[in-house]
Amino acid sequence: MAEIVGGITSSHIPSVGNALADDEARNSPYWKRFFDGYEPVKEWLRKVDPDVAIVVYNDHGLNFFLDTVPTFALGCADRYSNADEGWDLPQLVDVEGDAEFSWHLAESLIGQDFDMATCQEMLVDHGFVVPMQLMWGDLPKWPVKAIPLAVNTVQHPLASARRCYALGRALRKAIESYPEDLKVVVLGTGGMSHQLQGERAGLIDVDFDLQCMDSVINDPDWLASMSNTEIIEKAGTEGVEIIMWLVMRGALHSNVNAVHKHYHAPISNTGAGVLLLENATG
Amino acid sequence: MNWKRHDYEDIPGTYVFDGKTSHSAYGLNKMLFSFNREEKRQEFDEDEGAYAAKYELTDEQKEALLGGDFLQLLRLGANIYYLAKLAIPRGVSVQDAGAAFQGITTEEFKEGLLKRSEGFQDRLEEEGGYWNG
Repeated sequence: MAEIVGGITSSHIPSVGNALADDEARNSPYWKRFFDGYEPVKEWLRKVDPDVAIVVYNDHGLNFFLDTVPTFALGCADRYSNADEGWDLPQLVDVEGDAEFSWHLAESLIGQDFDMATCQEMLVDHGFVVPMQLMWGDLPKWPVKAIPLAVNTVQHPLASARRCYALGRALRKAIESYPEDLKVVVLGTGGMSHQLQGERAGLIDVDFDLQCMDSVINDPDWLASMSNTEIIEKAGTEGVEIIMWLVMRGALHSNVNAVHKHYHAPISNTGAGVLLLENATG
Repeated sequence: MNWKRHDYEDIPGTYVFDGKTSHSAYGLNKMLFSFNREEKRQEFDEDEGAYAAKYELTDEQKEALLGGDFLQLLRLGANIYYLAKLAIPRGVSVQDAGAAFQGITTEEFKEGLLKRSEGFQDRLEEEGGYWNG
């Protein structure tokens, strides 16, 4: 049976992609502490060696235009391509998927009343690619298959934090009911506090970010009970992406061990948090 | 008009992109979305007005676009991620855009980010358990 070996949170800001492609920038005082905070996660991944990564992220206007905005969309393909977002980011080779597993997840989730959109062609943007690069970018070939799970955080109304948390719990059932022996890691990406737009642009709230990290580890209901307006007030319009961390958290047991936690600010316009969680035994 | 009022409209300096906004600026965002393609970005650069005329922009939106007024574009419904497709290839970073929204310099904007993050490592020490290298 498929098994969830852990959950990881990560920022997905596009400038990380640029810094990764530039050794000098990567080792500069601005970036070094941010990247160093990922080393324990990479070490864990090399040791645990997951077969599949389910990456919870939001599309920023590459695959989905505003003509069709699915609240939750699941990639159901054997291959996903990256493409020009208009931002001059280096483009990457295709990412390998697992369509059979994806369709099992879709069937299970829809059976549990989560009405997922299914996508047999899906361009994946920086929201998906940057976390993958942070985890596996050092290797010549990424040793995992990946399944994109896109959550709309671009055009309101968005799903609530509580709904995202419930989706995670349904995702756990979906993963654990798959007969193949697969080790699965779930990545919750985006955040933390940032607002790119308006006169309030440049907002960073370290206290709220640390509260969120603690909540995701120890008390997910605290974050899950907030409305999106409350989250936007604290974390900014783009900081609302933190709701995607709850999808990852819902996929784990109620008690988890925080194997690693790291926070840095500012990176680009954001606070950036890394969590590596394992299910607590016993 | 029967657009519902939302509590997030009361957050100062903040333009939540919702159905009402998206509906009012569909043509504008459709044009910005087209900039995913390099040849469209080039076509726009060659003649901005002629390119904009291909999409359903209001006169106000067109004026803000041609004047490079980011805050006005935002107020008129541009989505921030779509606006980035106009800004970033032209060398305007998210910090430059943030500064433009506030009417300050990029340096001042970056100082603000540092100031709001100040002391975070002390906070991590207090909380305990963080990797703090």
